[in-house]
Amino acid sequence: MTTVAVPGKVRPAGLLRRPTATRGFWSWFTTVDHKKIAIMYGVTALLFFVIAGIEALFIRLQLLSPNGTILTAARYNEFFTMHGTTMVFLVGMPMAVAFGNYLIPLMIGARDVAFPRLNAFGYWVVLFGGLFLYSSFVLGGAPNGGWFGYTPLTSTPMSGGFLPGHGPDFWAVGLILMGIGSTTSAINFIVTILNLRAPGMSLMRMPVFVWMMLVVAFLTLFAIPPVTAALIMVFFDRNYLTNFFVGGKGGDPLLYQHLFWIFGHPEVYILILPGMGIVSEILPVFSRKPLFGYSVVIFSGIAIGFLGWGVWAHHMFATGLGPVAITAFGLSTMLIAVPTGVKIFNWLGTVWGGSLRLKTPMLFALGFIAMFTIGGLSGVTHSIVPADTQQTDTYYIVAHFHYVLFGGLIFAVIGGIYYWFPKMYGRYMNDKLGKFNFWTLLIGFNLTFFPMHFLGLWGMPRRTYYYPKGYGWETMNLLATIGGFIIAFSTLLFIVNILTSRYRGELAPDDPWDGRTLEWTIPSPPPEYNFAEIPIVHERDDFWHRKYTEDDQGRLVRIPSGGAIDTPAATTTGGGGHEDGNDEGHGIHMPSPSYFPFVLALGLPLLGYAAVFKDPWILAPLGVIVLLFGMYAWALEPGSE
Amino acid sequence: MEQVAIASGHEDHGTVTGVANTKLAMWMFLASDCLFFGAFISAYLLYHGRAGQAGPKPKDVYSIPFTSVTSFILLMSSLTMVLALAAIQRGDYRRLRVWLMATALFGATFIAGQIYEFTEFYRHGLSLSTNLFGSTFFVLTGLHGMHVTAGIIWLLTMWGMAMQGRLTTADSERIEVAGLYWHFVDVVWIVIFTVVYLVPK
Repeated sequence: MTTVAVPGKVRPAGLLRRPTATRGFWSWFTTVDHKKIAIMYGVTALLFFVIAGIEALFIRLQLLSPNGTILTAARYNEFFTMHGTTMVFLVGMPMAVAFGNYLIPLMIGARDVAFPRLNAFGYWVVLFGGLFLYSSFVLGGAPNGGWFGYTPLTSTPMSGGFLPGHGPDFWAVGLILMGIGSTTSAINFIVTILNLRAPGMSLMRMPVFVWMMLVVAFLTLFAIPPVTAALIMVFFDRNYLTNFFVGGKGGDPLLYQHLFWIFGHPEVYILILPGMGIVSEILPVFSRKPLFGYSVVIFSGIAIGFLGWGVWAHHMFATGLGPVAITAFGLSTMLIAVPTGVKIFNWLGTVWGGSLRLKTPMLFALGFIAMFTIGGLSGVTHSIVPADTQQTDTYYIVAHFHYVLFGGLIFAVIGGIYYWFPKMYGRYMNDKLGKFNFWTLLIGFNLTFFPMHFLGLWGMPRRTYYYPKGYGWETMNLLATIGGFIIAFSTLLFIVNILTSRYRGELAPDDPWDGRTLEWTIPSPPPEYNFAEIPIVHERDDFWHRKYTEDDQGRLVRIPSGGAIDTPAATTTGGGGHEDGNDEGHGIHMPSPSYFPFVLALGLPLLGYAAVFKDPWILAPLGVIVLLFGMYAWALEPGSE
Repeated sequence: MEQVAIASGHEDHGTVTGVANTKLAMWMFLASDCLFFGAFISAYLLYHGRAGQAGPKPKDVYSIPFTSVTSFILLMSSLTMVLALAAIQRGDYRRLRVWLMATALFGATFIAGQIYEFTEFYRHGLSLSTNLFGSTFFVLTGLHGMHVTAGIIWLLTMWGMAMQGRLTTADSERIEVAGLYWHFVDVVWIVIFTVVYLVPK
């Protein structure tokens, strides 16, 4: 696994020649470039976003009116399970990793991540995990036990049958696969951020986005193992008749809920912190002010990272944990609202008194603050135990977490794409269409999810595939469905905007927004090696201070380009540590592409199918062979070609 | 990984923290793996001695002297691992090969003991599905055994490379990282042996 290849030492074996192409269709399969991998993560997440959205539209159509008949109960179960699972594991997490992959090396002044091949491996595992999960639709039944997969519903053996089909098996194995991918990218990000920062880029000079990704990486690192363990127990209960969650044999189904939510609640922060990081980058640029209370934002993020581990049981108030546990978790839930609220004030303070430019990215960032605040306020009501007990498993919960995750994460992600698109492709996304995109999304989103607060408080349960006439739920459900289709229309606008702007968008300069962070110092799109010379960082928001200074009255004054501070000698290092030249990047030695991250990742779904279909004679040996071949070839291939 | 070209064995790896990338990554992985084992150990402890379990109880099947011996062998493999690292660091490649092989063999002896133990337990009527003890015991110790097996494969690969002369003092970090993993697996076994075998009931 851990190769430190020294050029010239390893014999160039014919079989293990490394590919050299960095352009063209096939190069995507072998690339180890963090920017290309980021784009693959992003496109994958966007595709799954569309798929999960279609599932959601079916759900909304079914609930459009009482006694809906679009879906059967069984199909409805599959759709809400897959919608949730997809949005969390195949949209939210990969999208955050896409941003992290693209931006972390650029923001800290590095040429790539610490482990380029591991990075590619992580992507392929997540993609194959997603395809594995979706192959269940044609291979014996999709997951149908909810994205949380409570036991004993999911863990009872198929023969004893609560849930028909292989659904829970595919679900458990698919989530384990994606967990492997998430863990590798978390390790990669941590090592990259701690070890590969440019000279002068101290921790407290790092952009907030990088900080948030560091916190997210640690959360991922520690949240994935408990759920992996829980999923293994579910799989064993279901397939090998163990008794982990079998009440009749003394097992405790509640153990599963603890293990799941010890993962599940930090997971909420894994999903939202990258969004907070993105917004913290966008707001200062479009307010032309530094982020208000940089260190407070950082420490709030870290505080959320710690407190996030102490609130999991508020997902379980209705299970009868006892008054002491419930009180403790109620209090910790109130407590975690504090650092979150602090951040909201920091963002408001950033915008306050700034000279605002309401471009599309800024609109989405402001939309994020508003929507996330609503979601946060409905969230902190869960700390009031009697209210929470009433709200449990109602549409109020659905409303709450969509405000946090859609109104939060998705708004930030879309804003972030509008913001960094010019860096990625050297072209702006269409701002007019973007603003239309924003307003339709804001209206559609609120029309869909705000009525759900009422539905929940009026008693409409979650996950119900139909509701009878006469409860007074008709109007709100109708509004929600209309809103759902407006969201779909808005998403279509967004995709059209990406596709048209990619090739025909207005050309953008290298620093189109008058940015503050290092990624805006390099050409758009960035060259493969990112920085021709590794920059030297002198201050927080270094690029801004290279462009602007203050006069006697404290007003911003632009430093003329070519001025003393701007000379390359003062802002870059020649050499930078691990390359041998600096002639406009031609002598920079980047890692060669490799076949084996793909090959190694391919072994895992093969083992997954072997586990689900209990096939020890063909699929399992095949998977092991592919895995071992991939591993040894990975370790033994030359460092570069 | 690819970019790190090590010219000599000294400690500064050209990284900001001064810790080599691979070593830091291994520490992160081990931190993560701690929680993985932690979940299964918690499950074992939660169900330990719970009333109403049919079939063999721990005291019916355990042979503490036997498991103590295999545990001791596994612990000794940590010693040989350290000796292998010391050997490569001072350029003693003959001893490097000897100690790598010794570590792998000690590990394999432990695994052989575990297979024997599992078979014995099964003969006494304890299987995955018999009771909570069977479920939690086999899954926890089985997953640990898989970790040891992966370590053995890794060590044998290192040994094969050492036999070809492809590991030199400049590569000592690779042995060190493999060693970190190996010591971790040993430490986890100390916890499992204490909690699973020695805690009475």
